Amino acid sequence: MINYLLFAAKRFLQLIAVVFSGVSVAFFVSHLSPIDPVEAAIRRSTRNSNVNPEAVEKMRETLTALYGVDVPMWQQFTNFWSKVVVGDFGPSLLSFPTPTMDLVLRALPWTVGLLLVTILVTWCIGNFLGAFAGYFQDNKYLKTFGLVTMSIQPIPYYIVAFLTLMLLAFIWPILPLGGGYAIGLVQEWSWVFVLSVMKHAILPILSLIMVGLGLWFLGMRALVSNIISEDYVVFAELAGVSKPKIVISYVMRNALVPQLTALAMAIGGIFSGTVITEQVFSYPGLGSLLVRAVNSGDYTLVLAVSSVAVAAVAVAIFIVDLLHPLLDPRIKVE
Amino acid sequence: MFKVFSDLMRYNIEFAIGFFLFVSVLIFGTLSFFSPIDPTQIYMLVPDIKPNAQYWFGTNSRGQDLFWQMTFAVRNSLLFGFTVAMMSRVLSLVIGLVSGYAGGWADRILMFVNDIFVSIPVFPILVLFFFVLRDDLTTLNLAILVALLGWAFDARLIRSMMLSLKHREFTQHARFSGMPMYKIVLKEHLPYIMPIVFSTALANMIWSIGIEVTLAVLGFANISIPTFGTMLYWANNHSAMIAGIWWWILIPVVFIAMTFLGLYLLSVSLNEYIDPRQRLRRMGGGS
Repeated sequence: MINYLLFAAKRFLQLIAVVFSGVSVAFFVSHLSPIDPVEAAIRRSTRNSNVNPEAVEKMRETLTALYGVDVPMWQQFTNFWSKVVVGDFGPSLLSFPTPTMDLVLRALPWTVGLLLVTILVTWCIGNFLGAFAGYFQDNKYLKTFGLVTMSIQPIPYYIVAFLTLMLLAFIWPILPLGGGYAIGLVQEWSWVFVLSVMKHAILPILSLIMVGLGLWFLGMRALVSNIISEDYVVFAELAGVSKPKIVISYVMRNALVPQLTALAMAIGGIFSGTVITEQVFSYPGLGSLLVRAVNSGDYTLVLAVSSVAVAAVAVAIFIVDLLHPLLDPRIKVE
Repeated sequence: MFKVFSDLMRYNIEFAIGFFLFVSVLIFGTLSFFSPIDPTQIYMLVPDIKPNAQYWFGTNSRGQDLFWQMTFAVRNSLLFGFTVAMMSRVLSLVIGLVSGYAGGWADRILMFVNDIFVSIPVFPILVLFFFVLRDDLTTLNLAILVALLGWAFDARLIRSMMLSLKHREFTQHARFSGMPMYKIVLKEHLPYIMPIVFSTALANMIWSIGIEVTLAVLGFANISIPTFGTMLYWANNHSAMIAGIWWWILIPVVFIAMTFLGLYLLSVSLNEYIDPRQRLRRMGGGS
C-alpha cells in the first residue's frame, strides 16, 4: 500500500511537470502572435460608433493593465502562472467581459462526456470482441467484423464523421444535423432536455466509436493470438475448462495490461479526434470553442482552451496509469 | 529483397491489396507532373460540370478541373506525409539509440522529455501555431512541426529494442573482439532496427496525413495549395453537398480512403512479416 502511494506521488509529480511544460509552451507560442489583444479589443468595441479619443486612450490604459502586456515577457510569464493556478486566464476577446474560464468550463462537460462514453465503449467492446476473435480464429462473423473495423480504422476522424453526418442526418434524416440539444430548450435536469442531449450525442459518439473500435479490437486480437500458444492455456484446454471461461478469465485477463498501457498512450489522439468530430457536428464542446476562437483571433481564449486541453489529457493519462498496478499484480511498484 | 516481395505478394493478401492501392494512388499522383494546368488558378473552366468524357472527375464551383486538382492533392499530401515520416524517423532513431545505449542520466532525461511529448495532445498545439504564424505556416513549416511532435512513440519502441540488443551475446562477442561501439551499433544492430523504422514510417505517414487533413479541412493550413484536406475545405466552403455537387466531395473522400487503407495494410502486413511468431502462424507452422 505504501509502495502504491509512493508510486502515485511520483506519477503525480510527472503530471505536474507535463502540465507545466505544456501550458508554458502554449503561453510562449501564443505570445509570439502578431495580434495585439489590446488593439483588437479596442477595434471591436469602437467599430460602429464615434468614440472620443480621450476615452479610447483611457480604454487602452485599462485594457493594457487588464491583459498585463505592458511588462517584459518573463514578468508576463510569472504573472500568467500566478493567475492560472487559481484558474484565471483573463477575459475573452470574443465575448468581451466574460472570463475565458467560464467559456471553457461551459464547453468542458460536453467534450468530457463524449470522450468518456467513447473511450469506455470502444475499449470494453473492442477488447471483448478482440479476445474472442483472437481465440476463435476461424469464426466467420468475427473475421468479417475484423475486416470491417480494419478498413474503417485508418480513415481520419473527420471523414468518418462527415460521412455519418451525410448518411444519417442529411440523405436519410433520422437524427439531428448538429448542436448539443434542440434549439430553444433551457438547460435543466428535465426529461425533455436529457433526451434531446442524448439524441444529439448519438451521431458524434457513433462516428467516434466506428474509428476507435478498430484500435482495441485489432490490438487485442494480435495479443490473444500470441497468448493462446502459452502452456497454461493449453493446460486449461486439456483440463476441460469451458472455452468462454478460458477466453475471459485466462487469456483476456493477461492481455488487458498492455491494452491499458496502449490506452494511456492513445488518449491524446482520441482527444484530437473528438475535437474535430465536435466541429463537424457543431457540438458545443472544447473543439468548437477552439475553432471559433482561432477564427475570431481571440488569443486569451485560444490559450485557455489549449492549456485546459493539455491539462485534461494529462490528467486522463494519470488516472489510467494509476489503474495500472491494480490490474497487474506482477508490476512491482518501485 | 525481391524474393521477400514476391513471397509477400503471393501469401499475404493484405500486403497485395495494400500494395495495389498504394501504387495506384502513387501513379495517380505522379500524373500531376504532366498536368497541363496550374492548380492554383481558379475560374479557368465552366464551373459545376458533372463527370463526363472530357472532364473525368468533373469541375468544381471554382472552375477547376477536379482530375488535375486531385493529382496535385495526392502528390502534395503524400509528399507531406513522406517528409514528416523521414524527419521524425531521424529524430526517433537518434533519440532511441542514444537513450537505449547510454542509459543512466541521459536515458532518464530523454525519456522524461519523451513522456511529455507522448501525453501532449497534438491538435490544440498545432492550432495554436497556426493561430500565431497564420500565413507563415507553409507546408514545409507544418511538416517540421508535425515531425517535432510525432517522434515520441517510436523513439520509445527503438529504445526498448536497443536495450534488449545491448545485452545479447553477440554484442558482448563483438565488444570483446575489439569492435568499436559505433561500428557495433551501425553494423550489427541497425539491421534489427531498420524493419521497425520502416514499418513505423508507414504508420507515421498515416498519422501525419490525417493531421494535415484535419487542419486543412478547418482552414488551418495554406489553403491555396491543393491537398486532401484543402480540397474538402473548398468543397465545404462552397457547400458542395447542399448545392448537389456530390462529386466534389466524393472523389477526394474515395482517394483519401484508398491512400489510408493502402498505407495501413502495408504497415500491418510488414509488421506481421517482421514478427517471426506471426509469420509462422500464417505459414501454418507451429503455433
